Amino acid sequence: MSEKPKVAFYWCASCGGCEESIVDLAEGLLDVIEKVDIVFWPVAMDFKTSDVEAMADKSIFASFINGCIRTSEQEEMAHLLRKKSKVVVAYGSCAHTGGIPGLANQFAREQILTYVYDEAPTVTNENKVRPEVEHRMNGASVTLPAFRNVVRTLDQVIDVDYYIPGCAPTPKIAQEALQILLSGELPPNATVLAPDIALCDQCPRKDSKPEEFEYHGFKRPQWTDIDPEKCFLAQEIFCMGPATRGGCESLCIGGNMPCTGCFGPTCRVKDQGAKILSSICSALSAKDKDEIEKILDSIPDPLGTFYRYGLAGSLLRRNVKLPVS
Amino acid sequence: MELKSQNDTWKPRIVAFFCNWCTYTAADLAGVSRIKHEPNVRVIRVMCSGRVDPQFVIDAFVKGADGVLIGGCHIGDCHYIDGNHKTIRRFAMLKRILKDMGIEDERFRLEWISASEGEKVKTVTNDMVEKLEKLGPLGLPKKFIAWDEEMNHLELEISKPKEEIEHV
Repeated sequence: MSEKPKVAFYWCASCGGCEESIVDLAEGLLDVIEKVDIVFWPVAMDFKTSDVEAMADKSIFASFINGCIRTSEQEEMAHLLRKKSKVVVAYGSCAHTGGIPGLANQFAREQILTYVYDEAPTVTNENKVRPEVEHRMNGASVTLPAFRNVVRTLDQVIDVDYYIPGCAPTPKIAQEALQILLSGELPPNATVLAPDIALCDQCPRKDSKPEEFEYHGFKRPQWTDIDPEKCFLAQEIFCMGPATRGGCESLCIGGNMPCTGCFGPTCRVKDQGAKILSSICSALSAKDKDEIEKILDSIPDPLGTFYRYGLAGSLLRRNVKLPVS
Repeated sequence: MELKSQNDTWKPRIVAFFCNWCTYTAADLAGVSRIKHEPNVRVIRVMCSGRVDPQFVIDAFVKGADGVLIGGCHIGDCHYIDGNHKTIRRFAMLKRILKDMGIEDERFRLEWISASEGEKVKTVTNDMVEKLEKLGPLGLPKKFIAWDEEMNHLELEISKPKEEIEHV
């Protein structure tokens, strides 16, 4: 029996990109496997929940959980891994701030089910079949996890020790975080394992950022010939850089696309969307109301733009008018 | 506090961010002039209405405010020249966001009140209180608790000892 620290990976409501990012460590993954024992990783290895249940409490050194929490099964697994692990790491945007699935918090559960099972143009469901939590047939019963009303970040369900941000976390961020955790010198609780400074500070286009901005209207990147050297905001293309944590090696910027905010805010900011709103809107060129509204119209979906990865983890969390059940 | 008695005696709670140079002075003037107005406003003095971070507004709602009022100098009168221009721009966008998040228009208000307009502090406050009384409580702290109740059932189940699992 080896004495290597035990590590578990689990996915909840996510796209699989976070799992992919672990595979993306490429040869680096071999170094990781050399140092740790993977005891649970449903996406890649054959372990069952009962194997985890059989483990002693706190016997796993670290559990890396990606995805936000939408179903009762995900809640149950999160609680189970919390019980069995010394350290729980929220891995990736969804677990950290809610991610793309968190945008579903704009809609009621029923709205989502109606669209997905009845109204979506690609769906034929004449008998209006809906998934049930329990179905009885011929004396036997089969069950499905319950679909919750609210999308939650991991730390809204269990205590989380560390966060690795990103959609998905870059191999560099993931590897550095693993090294920090395995070094034995654990950082303070609730640390986000990435540089605590805005992306603009690390941006390769930093030098072309003007002292003061003035926005006359925002251009959409897909309809614009983007200068590959110049600050996006200076080109009046909406960029989340000022309100987003750095550490991503400016990958999107390098691909000539503006930042969309997946690394979440720095530790001094509570609500990433409100902060970018503050930064962008205060520098509009207009002074009277109608002109202001006209410029604001050039951002077609402000909620989805400002809170693209952070709605579930934001201060308001969810549309407050939606029913509880 | 009992739920029922709280609802019976519910009065709107307004968090007001007043700028030091105009609206706060106006509220002071309303006080020394003994102008009577609704007592539902909790005033927070800021140096400029442009200092009001949208996070403050959202946080106020989250912590239980039924309405948020921002008061600043009239356009052109800002002590810092263009602080209130920043306020109207942010205000316009924050309104859109709050609307998308289900918070009614009347709950978030921006007013220009100069240092001499003590009377306007009264009319704005009274009017806002009246509108909020019609709307009823926003009650976000309670709402957040209600949202998370769906998880309680499961937690009870998990804490129960598990039966032996049969392997097939």
